[in-house]
Amino acid sequence: MAKPMHPTPLLDELEKGPWPSFVTGLKRLAKDKDLVVDLLGQLETSYETRLGYWKGGTVSVFGYGAGVIPRFTELKDENGNPKFPDAAEFHTLRVMPPAGMHYSTEILRKLCDIWERWGSGLIALHGQSGDIMFQGCTTENVQNAWEEINALGFDLGGAGAAVRTSMSCVGAARCEQSCYNEAEAHRAVINSVLSYIHRPSLPYKFKFKFSGCPNDCMNSVQRSDFAVIGIWRDNIQTDEELARRWVEKNGGKEGAIANVSDWVVNRCPTKAIQLKRANQVRQGDSISSVRLTDEWALEIDNRDCVRCMHCINVMTGALAPGKDRGAAILIGGKRTLKIGDLMGTLIIPFMKLDTDEDRQKLVEFAHKVIEFFEENALEHERIGEMIDRIGLPTFLEAMGIDPDPNMVIHPRTNPFVRTDGWDEEVARLKAKKEVKTA
Amino acid sequence: MSETQAAKTPKKPIPHGVPDPKQFMHPVLLRNIGNWKYHDRPRPGVLHHVAKSGDEVWTVRAGTQRQMDVWTIRKLCDIADQYGDSYMRFTIRSNVEMTVADPNKVEPLIKALEENGFPVGGTGNSMSMVAHTQGWLHCDIPGTDASGVVKSLMDALYDEFKNEELPNRLHLSTSCCEINCGGQADIAVIVQHTKPPKINHDLVANVCERPAVVARCPVAAIRPALVNGKPSLEVDEKKCVCCGACFPPCPPMQINDPVHTKLAVWVGGKNSNARGRPTFMKMVAAGLPNNPPRWPEVTEVVLKIVRAYKEDGRPWERVADWIDRIGWPRFFERTGLTFTKYLIDDYKHARQSLNASTHVRF
Repeated sequence: MAKPMHPTPLLDELEKGPWPSFVTGLKRLAKDKDLVVDLLGQLETSYETRLGYWKGGTVSVFGYGAGVIPRFTELKDENGNPKFPDAAEFHTLRVMPPAGMHYSTEILRKLCDIWERWGSGLIALHGQSGDIMFQGCTTENVQNAWEEINALGFDLGGAGAAVRTSMSCVGAARCEQSCYNEAEAHRAVINSVLSYIHRPSLPYKFKFKFSGCPNDCMNSVQRSDFAVIGIWRDNIQTDEELARRWVEKNGGKEGAIANVSDWVVNRCPTKAIQLKRANQVRQGDSISSVRLTDEWALEIDNRDCVRCMHCINVMTGALAPGKDRGAAILIGGKRTLKIGDLMGTLIIPFMKLDTDEDRQKLVEFAHKVIEFFEENALEHERIGEMIDRIGLPTFLEAMGIDPDPNMVIHPRTNPFVRTDGWDEEVARLKAKKEVKTA
Repeated sequence: MSETQAAKTPKKPIPHGVPDPKQFMHPVLLRNIGNWKYHDRPRPGVLHHVAKSGDEVWTVRAGTQRQMDVWTIRKLCDIADQYGDSYMRFTIRSNVEMTVADPNKVEPLIKALEENGFPVGGTGNSMSMVAHTQGWLHCDIPGTDASGVVKSLMDALYDEFKNEELPNRLHLSTSCCEINCGGQADIAVIVQHTKPPKINHDLVANVCERPAVVARCPVAAIRPALVNGKPSLEVDEKKCVCCGACFPPCPPMQINDPVHTKLAVWVGGKNSNARGRPTFMKMVAAGLPNNPPRWPEVTEVVLKIVRAYKEDGRPWERVADWIDRIGWPRFFERTGLTFTKYLIDDYKHARQSLNASTHVRF
């Protein structure tokens, strides 16, 4: 039994309403833990004063320089003593989850037992970077909790100027849109940069995220410095049986055609997909088509398709990504501070990720990017900001990647560039192209 | 530290890296990796996946509070052991997903989840759980709380989580400072400070690396200065945009304020490439009071936007697609929000967001 609760009239309001309440959960923990009794006391104070009361510090586990987020209370009385002494230390352990965030009940129970033993019992599944966040631990107990978590096969995540914990979607494990094995790629890359995670030595944070298709369920384009997004090169696949079934479910022979027109054809961003009389569908290397009814069919000219996923999302199964699958790499996504929001920029339009050898190429490229970032970024500069500063052509040259019109929305609209190397550059690219086609 | 603990030698860490998910994966998922054919949704909150092998699985998705006590997680484990197949995973928005291989398990599993307070939903064209941050509970620089704002929003939008009645999926996020750890979303609630930092000049020299703080400012409003004979920093308050970027590297530059820290609402962020390219969200309301425990003013603005989107949006339009079609004038008309000069960008690259055409809506 823990000490008596502090009154929490404001937090009590958050026990009302149908959505699961974190306050109810904290109160349950407070029955056994003085730490949580005092945490609720401090949180209630924040709700009264509208101010936060935590400061950072240095707490780590033996052998690692990152992964623990230290929190010490700043809520003190006139003598400088913590007002809620049992929550004076409330550190978090960031732990990397299994790729795709799969758990058995057995492993979850073990993790809960460890955290009940050494910590507050509060666990976030998951933090915004993807960590399992074991929240609320005294300095003294951090090492004990960590050793037991580590013994279960888990490792700490990143914090500070380090490579951070990554995320990958459910992907190949359960999703038909998956264009590569996200978990394998995720583990291949991240497990090759562990020293950058455990020993922060970069100019600033560096995040990888892995999404299996352009729906980008991991929000990698904006939330990671290095986004690996599944894509395919060949034609969209079709399945007539599933297409006809879709028609039955979505308005029948009459209504479904209008729905296909409104929901699919009109929303194609490049007008690559057309609704046609079944007997007028074209044949050709770049054409995919599927009958919807005896009369109507969809025809896609895949040369015009930008692989946005929309038609596939609407008619899942009837339409599917092609067979020649892999991933695109976009670099430089981040949120506001300091130059404004950045989406990742397309750097590699396509790479295969089928085999260990393919994945090794991804790993090598990731290392090349991090090393360049480490050497060239200014302090507290993300790689997107660095590329903004040095220009994409400079970055491409450093990476040994040739320019590709897929990398831009359109060519430059200003003349402020020195072009006296033009002829040599054209000759170089043409010669390269000839070697490739020869 | 007690003597026994002090005497204990800490173990060297084993750098396991990212654990292999195969050891925790439902066996039907495990044997069909990379071989799924299609999926459909028999009802809101349930996904039915069919593999090329003919194997099928049903996945029930339910909302959680994300900040979970061990008893809540154990309750989920009990439910998965008794009604599911003892496996679960979590989505990026902290929904729990329990997969079963037997369709007859679906209804009892749904019932068990709901009876224990985990709402089933969040699939397809519904609103998913709010992606959120730590706030007063654990962050060292928060302007507000996260879990409380989210709880209040989810209570108000509970039915939109449980049903699939929106034009397309709706993602929300909240963030307790302008760093925006919550990320881009269809609708986002983000702290917006409205006054420059209050500087404790006695502490700056000892606590802050001054050149680093000067370099942090996006508008070059901070400069080194001697204040009362002590080396400190000063802020040109006319230039300051109150972003709070100086506060993390220099806590004596206190940006949080019980009254002047406000909340803003943003719309139209989209990470997916479906239809248009990914889009950033745009600020559409600011100056909302930081009003715990339930932030009613924020919920009201979010509800106005959700209702207008639900009424006006056409099938498959995300919030950004909907606004692209109806235009900003009508967005402000339909939501009852006021377009002010503060919503016109005047930061770097602002020209890209100005209308250099005669495309006008009346």
